Amino acid sequence: MTTATVEKPAAGAAAAPAGAEFNAHLEGQQMMKAWYANLGLARERGQNVANVFVMGNAVEILRTFDFQLVFPEINSLQTGVRKVSEEYLRDSEDYGYSPDVCSYVKADVGLILREQKHPAGTIPKADIAIASNMCSTFIKWGEIWERMLKTPTFVLDLPGQRGGNWQVRPGDAQHMADAQWVEAQFRDLISRCEKITGRRFDMDRLAEVQDRVNRMVFHWNNVMALNRTCPAPYNAMLDGLTYIGIMNVYRGTEEGVDYMRRLEEQLRAKVARGVGRVAEERFRLLFSGTPCYVSMRRLVELFESWGGVFAYSDYLTFAAGGMDAGEMVYDTSRPLESLAEITALAAQRGLSNQFFAHERLAQQLRDYDVDGIVFHGIKSCRFVSSGMADTRNYLNKRLNIPSLYIESDLIDPRYWSDAQIKNRVDAFFESLQQRGGAAPAPGRHADITREARS
Amino acid sequence: MRYVGGVDVGSTQTKAVILDENGKVVGRALLDMETSMVTIAQDAFKAALADAGIEEAQVARVASTGYGRYNVSFGHEQVTEISCHARGAVALFPGTRTVIDIGGQDTKAIAVKPDGQVADFTMNDKCAAGTGRFLGAASYALEMSLGELGPLALQSQNPVRITTTCTVFAESEIISHLAKGILPEDVLMGVHQAITSRCVSLARRVGVHSEVTFTGGVSRNVAMVKLIEEAVGMKINVSPDAHFCGALGAALVAREHAFGTAGLPAEALA
Repeated sequence: MTTATVEKPAAGAAAAPAGAEFNAHLEGQQMMKAWYANLGLARERGQNVANVFVMGNAVEILRTFDFQLVFPEINSLQTGVRKVSEEYLRDSEDYGYSPDVCSYVKADVGLILREQKHPAGTIPKADIAIASNMCSTFIKWGEIWERMLKTPTFVLDLPGQRGGNWQVRPGDAQHMADAQWVEAQFRDLISRCEKITGRRFDMDRLAEVQDRVNRMVFHWNNVMALNRTCPAPYNAMLDGLTYIGIMNVYRGTEEGVDYMRRLEEQLRAKVARGVGRVAEERFRLLFSGTPCYVSMRRLVELFESWGGVFAYSDYLTFAAGGMDAGEMVYDTSRPLESLAEITALAAQRGLSNQFFAHERLAQQLRDYDVDGIVFHGIKSCRFVSSGMADTRNYLNKRLNIPSLYIESDLIDPRYWSDAQIKNRVDAFFESLQQRGGAAPAPGRHADITREARS
Repeated sequence: MRYVGGVDVGSTQTKAVILDENGKVVGRALLDMETSMVTIAQDAFKAALADAGIEEAQVARVASTGYGRYNVSFGHEQVTEISCHARGAVALFPGTRTVIDIGGQDTKAIAVKPDGQVADFTMNDKCAAGTGRFLGAASYALEMSLGELGPLALQSQNPVRITTTCTVFAESEIISHLAKGILPEDVLMGVHQAITSRCVSLARRVGVHSEVTFTGGVSRNVAMVKLIEEAVGMKINVSPDAHFCGALGAALVAREHAFGTAGLPAEALA
């Protein structure tokens, strides 16, 4: 096992035959299967295991120590994708958790109660869990692992919003102070990892991981930008969810770089041929919020039946590491400092999200030339849902952007009411049609991605 | 003369309206819900045809709306009740800018443009609190007809506060108040206030702008009209035929698509 590649599992996950056309979905599925297979073998191989969240996770440091990474959020959402989430949720509710608790947490408690048996395989118990204040639930979730699994938690305190109408600027005094604070915590984390693994930290390996992350992010940002084309080559809330899974799980690996590179190549070819996700793209939309993984295919079907495609989703930024727009690139000549600077900046943006979501979304609406925005509120997730009313009001009333608000859950099928959601989606499209929202002309946004580096 | 039809298959009642090509209402029908949505839609449509004194072959186009809209096998298109209530309300009251619709299991608020287009909308979510079903629970607990509830509620001097938002639990709360000896009119007024609070909250989310038009079966309830007027601080439009609003809107959509015409004289249902 090296930091450069994720070791091939003993079984399953057959590689695509040489010369076969890249199938982003199938390959993504196989890579996820391989990742789960590796998790199942971690103990047998004597590997250390860390639980991490998709935001504020210090994965780059953990990779230098060859930790096998468990993403509990992804485990939970996978129970939804595989249509078994309700069983896990009910187990945790039978145990005593309220229906109002975050369903990702409850599915994970269900997993613990089932002795780590997940539909994708057995999930190893972690030697350490990295939590942060990027979401307040992370910290409480870590406490659950401490109580139920005796997993020690390392909590990163990432400085967030200090007041309304204020944002950190890259390189300003506040940002530098924040970065130093984060760097000091990273040094603590490194000491903890050295004790757990019995190995010395290697700064050069961190730089290598960061280089691979930089390359992944480079392709990722181009993949995002390619969907500014009309017709959009992929659906941000279906295809995009496969891509973001790889972006998280294979972050900092050669496999991850290769997947993103081939994905970009394939999408560029689709754009050149004018091939879109749907046969006739009539409406371009932006999805704001976290997906309803248990019903996402159905939701996309409801939108695509009207020729509506999600060209972009802010989820694909905040849940993919937050290194958006190409402005955040690790400086591999000073790895730890650079990691701290970007972590502080990405955290700041994530945590101040509610104050500035309207500005960010307004820009994205222009960038992706969308006809409307869909907000997905989640009853059990205040972090992503609570600012939506203000943002929606701003976009509706100040910018005259049509919007639709629907509410369900991350993975709890009991919160999905098909007839009512279909009714709202249909009414939204009827109003878009009435507004005369003609399909945009093909061939716009020709020059939107960065040229591949030599 | 050519005709068009609109059929609104709701959760408790099915309504059908027939328009002539000039937009005049020539027939209509209202039937209580049965187990088969397909049958009830056909029956309501046939009753409206009979009311108009015409044959089905004379109808150029039919649009359906309501939760059962996909069960209208003879319909040419399906339109949501959100669009249809907006169209219907503006046809009935051209100055309408906000529609409050309370039906059997849906409460919705719609911001409309002068031409009847939907600017924004919001609905109750996966819960019948604040809908007509809430009144249904009260009617069952008090063993009274729906028509008797509003007038009795208006006699209340000391309304109680109904604290539960759950329609199912509301019934037991009503029974518990009655068991304590609280007068039925005071309990009923509490029920009406609870519904008003929920539906006006929805309306405020899309913005309450004059004129406000109240549609749906619950608009026939005089206490609800009074309470909503107090809550929004203005007189609201209520048509005696407001429960046909969705079917009228559907028929207008069918007319537009059949004959390329939009709009309807305001006196169409008068």
